[in-house]
Amino acid sequence: MTEPLISVKDLTLRFKTDEGLITAVENVSFDIAPGEILGLVGESGSGKSVTAKSLMLLNPDNAVYDPKSSITLNIDDKPIDVFSLIKPQDRMVIRGGAISMIFQEPMASFAPAITVGSQMVEQLLIHSDMNSAKAKEISIEMLARVGIPDPAQRFGQYAFEFSGGMRQRAMIAMALSTKPKLLIADEPTTALDVTIQAQVIDLMKDLVNEFHMAILFITHDLGVIAQTVDKVAVMYLGKLIETGAVREVLRNPRHPYTQGLMNALPKLDDLDTPLTAIKGDIPSPLDRPSGCVFNTRCPVSLGTECETRVPVYTDALGEHQVACFLAEQEEKGAQA
Amino acid sequence: MSSETLISTDDLSVHYPLRGTLFGPKPVVRAIESISIDIKKGSFFGLVGESGSGKTTFGRALLRAAPITRGKATYSDGEVSYDLPSLEGDDLKEYRKRAQLIFQDPYAALSPRMTVRDIIAEPLEVMGLTKSREETDERVRTIAAKCRINLEHLRRFPHAFSGGQRQRISIARALVSEPKFIVADECVAALDVSIQADVLNLLKSIQMDMGLTFLFISHDLSVVAHTCDHVAVMYLGRLVETAPTRELFAAPRHPYTKALLSAIPSLDPDDQGNIQKLEGEIPSPTNPPPGCKFHTRCPHTIDICRKEEPKLSKLRLAHDVACHRWQELSD
Repeated sequence: MTEPLISVKDLTLRFKTDEGLITAVENVSFDIAPGEILGLVGESGSGKSVTAKSLMLLNPDNAVYDPKSSITLNIDDKPIDVFSLIKPQDRMVIRGGAISMIFQEPMASFAPAITVGSQMVEQLLIHSDMNSAKAKEISIEMLARVGIPDPAQRFGQYAFEFSGGMRQRAMIAMALSTKPKLLIADEPTTALDVTIQAQVIDLMKDLVNEFHMAILFITHDLGVIAQTVDKVAVMYLGKLIETGAVREVLRNPRHPYTQGLMNALPKLDDLDTPLTAIKGDIPSPLDRPSGCVFNTRCPVSLGTECETRVPVYTDALGEHQVACFLAEQEEKGAQA
Repeated sequence: MSSETLISTDDLSVHYPLRGTLFGPKPVVRAIESISIDIKKGSFFGLVGESGSGKTTFGRALLRAAPITRGKATYSDGEVSYDLPSLEGDDLKEYRKRAQLIFQDPYAALSPRMTVRDIIAEPLEVMGLTKSREETDERVRTIAAKCRINLEHLRRFPHAFSGGQRQRISIARALVSEPKFIVADECVAALDVSIQADVLNLLKSIQMDMGLTFLFISHDLSVVAHTCDHVAVMYLGRLVETAPTRELFAAPRHPYTKALLSAIPSLDPDDQGNIQKLEGEIPSPTNPPPGCKFHTRCPHTIDICRKEEPKLSKLRLAHDVACHRWQELSD
């Protein structure tokens, strides 16, 4: 097995607030191999973005990482402990060097009063030792590569002169121009129309093949997940509840929450089955349920066991991991 | 279900003037252009299209919240009939009771300084529909129960609620004046899938219960497929295709409808579909292309498409398509 590019172990993160400590992420572990696309799915408030930002240490100052959390980045066979990067110069490797990020709302991620081109050049100058003429050349080349017509002219324009789809392409061009090893894409297609979304997904897949990068793809849209990623991790209230190969998880979801999500999704090839909602609302993070975090909404809860004990991933389940007592029982039943 | 028409538009257009130069004609944005549709009483009418296609403007024009530049629009529910463009004074007030809007973002639509009870009661008080506080409270409680809002929550403020609960409050507020016609503008777009299904089911059951007619505006075709009985597809302010839902999804005729449908990512990782990817993006409505508005992105463009704008032609009953080549393309 190849060494994972990034390895997250027992990531636990709490926010200090006036109402006390809020647990945003709890015991999250995952690996991403070079060239692999991992999809992180979950509803709003499930902790997807906070997890992704942890990889770049971008969470606000009131974030408290649990001491046993670890994030290890393996580049050029040298493991880097992300939490040990204190000085801003040291952190450059995870902020645009080896890891780049693209955001949901591209308008908010470009400075409005600086041309797109100078923003692209600026980060190339910071992260490499090339001169500005070379940086400009590379930036224009990247704009052309992501399918922006007339890149030399676009280079000198401002973000507001771009349309939504084009801004997202420029964002991708900018994130990729430093040739990162890992790209974090936080809901990159959510603000786009379906036709543009299809274009952006195609582009990202092409670029992965070309540059052999790994991507952490965050989205709430299971359709996008199905068409984009290799491996998927489902998150609920700050915990991973199901992880596996995308075909496995989508065709044979084991966790009641994943099953609920699939049933709640309107499907075009089946208009007759009524949609089934997951009952209730996501609990407030201030008021996390004890035991399994999903027990308050679970239709197949086993009662006391689910309310008091915390289900974990077990080796018995193999590659397709589920944190659920019921799935565990079924697995044991099948093996016995 | 009765087949009477509740809302009927003919050649309805909304143009917004832009600030022009001193000389020459002022440029206008043709937000919607010549839309003619009939919305049947008791139906769930879906309106789809990309952003910038004029869906919201059309919904607002029907509520008299956008200025109608040209064309006819009539409302007739059996009790009253109105000619919408010329509606004013008391008739307009009366129409506002009968036609309501549900907004997209339940976080922005509710005043943070009013209790849930006051939010729902406000339309009743403004429209003077109730005579006493007791009566108002009674109606608020009835509608809240229908929308599955916990009655104990009526005294709380909106910040205490999740997205799904807030959207149920917005729905209750829209329904409290007992309207006949509801424009639901992207009302589930801001919600998570697990909650979205719940709100859609609620809208469906309320529609049955109160005999409402919905104009359901959405960019999400799978949601529309599950909710609506009839769908109209818009592109750059024009109607390009309209048909009963099942027919439209089974056999779309317009190249734009086909492209929209095939762009929806399939849940099956191995199903790449026969995807007809669209090149480019929707043109700006200030400077629309001549001829068929879709010709700049259409894979089947020929000469006539660049010169002449296609008219809606009747494929069969209730299925219209605006494309020069739909006949040859459907073979």
